[in-house]
Amino acid sequence: MKELKLMKGNEAIAEAAIRAGADAYFGYPITPQSEILEYLMAEKPHERTGMVVLQAESEVAAINMVYGGAACGRKVLTSSSSPGISLKQEGLSYIAGSELPCVVVNVVRGGPGLGTIQPAQSDYFQAVKGGGHGDYRLIVLAPQSVQEMADFVDLGFELAFKYRNPVMILTDGALGQMMEKVWLQEQKPRMKTFPEWATTGKTPDRERNVITSLDLDSAEQEKFNLKLQEKYRKLEAEEVRFEHTETEDAEYLLVAYGTSARICQKSVRLAREKGIKAGLLRPVTLFPFPKKPLMELAGKVKGILTVEMSTGQMVEDVRLAVECKVQVEHYGRMGGIIPTPEEIVDALGNNFLK
Amino acid sequence: MAENTGIKDIVKDENLVYQKTSVLTDNVMHYCPGCGHGTAHRLIAEVIEDMDIQSDTLGVTPVGCAVLMYNYLDIDMQEAAHGRAPAVATAIKRLMPDKYVFTYQGDGDLAAIGTAETIHACNRGENIAIFFINNGIYGMTGGQMAPTTLSGMKSSTSPYGRDVQMMGNPMKMTELVAQLPGTWYVTRQTVHTPASVRKAKKAIRQAFENQKLKKGLSLVEIVSNCNSGWKMSPVEANKWMAENMFPFYPPGDIKLEGKLVVKE
Ligand SMILES: Cc1ncc(C[n+]2csc(CCOP(=O)(O)OP(=O)(O)O)c2C)c(N)n1
Ligand code: SF4
Repeated sequence: MKELKLMKGNEAIAEAAIRAGADAYFGYPITPQSEILEYLMAEKPHERTGMVVLQAESEVAAINMVYGGAACGRKVLTSSSSPGISLKQEGLSYIAGSELPCVVVNVVRGGPGLGTIQPAQSDYFQAVKGGGHGDYRLIVLAPQSVQEMADFVDLGFELAFKYRNPVMILTDGALGQMMEKVWLQEQKPRMKTFPEWATTGKTPDRERNVITSLDLDSAEQEKFNLKLQEKYRKLEAEEVRFEHTETEDAEYLLVAYGTSARICQKSVRLAREKGIKAGLLRPVTLFPFPKKPLMELAGKVKGILTVEMSTGQMVEDVRLAVECKVQVEHYGRMGGIIPTPEEIVDALGNNFLK
Repeated sequence: MAENTGIKDIVKDENLVYQKTSVLTDNVMHYCPGCGHGTAHRLIAEVIEDMDIQSDTLGVTPVGCAVLMYNYLDIDMQEAAHGRAPAVATAIKRLMPDKYVFTYQGDGDLAAIGTAETIHACNRGENIAIFFINNGIYGMTGGQMAPTTLSGMKSSTSPYGRDVQMMGNPMKMTELVAQLPGTWYVTRQTVHTPASVRKAKKAIRQAFENQKLKKGLSLVEIVSNCNSGWKMSPVEANKWMAENMFPFYPPGDIKLEGKLVVKE
């Protein structure tokens, strides 16, 4: 049964994982996402669906547990926040290199280092450019509401299994801690059959299954890398997700995701009240990045301003996408400071209307 | 002997005393001649065959010389990042509690980069088996010092011998995890003589049998040689091992049925 609840973003993710029929969650506490593990422990999903929940000794162990479970063809997820995600990069590289599905939630906080527990978007590079060693990509989904926090868990698993690729839900401390109404989907049953590649025990009717990212033969290793790139191209062709706000007649375009995009919606209204024809493009998938719609809009607008809670990371992808067709600037706050709608309108004016 | 005598003329059904187990593939192992890894692999494969659990066994391989173990055992296997095998095996066992799950790890893997994963899997009492090959050195990367390298022992990164003042003491990982309540069976074995091979096989079998009891974790250390890393012939290496490794790493049971073995 679908259910309407008032929940924190972190709790919504946890409940959505149970309802998505996840087989296991492995995690380690870190603010601002500890409610995910806390909720799962309190909710006893083992009794509800048989889902395994385990607090690992570290993020390193947690992501390697995800790797082990994913190799068995199971729906496995983990969550963490920035410093913890840095520790998970080794495991993520192995998971990508072994072509395994999983969902990883990053509730970003300000860095670098121990930084702050307040929200930020400064892990964009790490999320969309690979993050660990080797040429690989994660599928990156960026929710802007508690509803999307919940919805993207199920979508994440769907994409992860379809492409045999790790999926990251890139969100931040504001969305993780924010309470909103959320429609929760019906409980899905857990999978009963597993992909043919999974290590579930070699039966006499098939060859042994081996999950590895090792190939000492350079020619084979290159072939494998080319195959991965092929997959990423397919993702770019088929899985780009984005949203427009007031872009039909826009003269100036804001580009923002997640919390920043939510704030930019207000900025668009404020700008229009002042007579500035602003619009917003919100990438929902950060990889694959919505290059085409950006290119189309670049031909129509006089300037683009990216708004990110970082020193300017996504702005590089926007510039690459529009290929110098139009001026692209960046406005951002850091250290856990969330920009106000007014600041953003001012930044638009300062960059393009002086 | 006639000129065209082949192996088939010598090995006949009536005089066959030993055969390769069907759980080993036909691939030629890459290990240096005389290395203990090959023997340890064979014993694990034989136990899986003897217990008839090929479909129910899942192995996790290390980073180290045994990284390619999955080429030799005809079972489903997963290759783990350096040191992380116990975490990987934890998840596999939690999701498939009725399967037999083992890790196979060298001392660099288990006692250096993977210390945390090893100790915590042991402490949680994960119902898995850990096979720990202790050759006192990093074999795969060319003979560097390991946590298990003996005091005074030469390696490529302790070329004048391990100076414990500077480099720390050799670590008895097996004794260490035996102290943890989660471990059920902890033993140290060797594979350098026919008698020790038979004992090691019994220990490996015990580790698999223990999984049926769901009592906790079994860790079987096998003190082995690395003739390449030690820069010795296989015969010299085994002699050196018995004289130098066994006094510090004495073979024998350390914990049985969850209780430390008391030695007089
Ligand atoms: C993260 C990481 N660090 C270092 C290495 C390099 N490396 C490969 S094998 C190895 C040592 C393995 O030694 P051991 O576990 O004792 O196994 P042996 O080769 O002796 O059987 C090292 C350091 C690696 N692959 N990954
Ligand atoms: S390097 Fe050492 S451990 Fe590795 S195969 Fe050769 S003898 Fe064995």
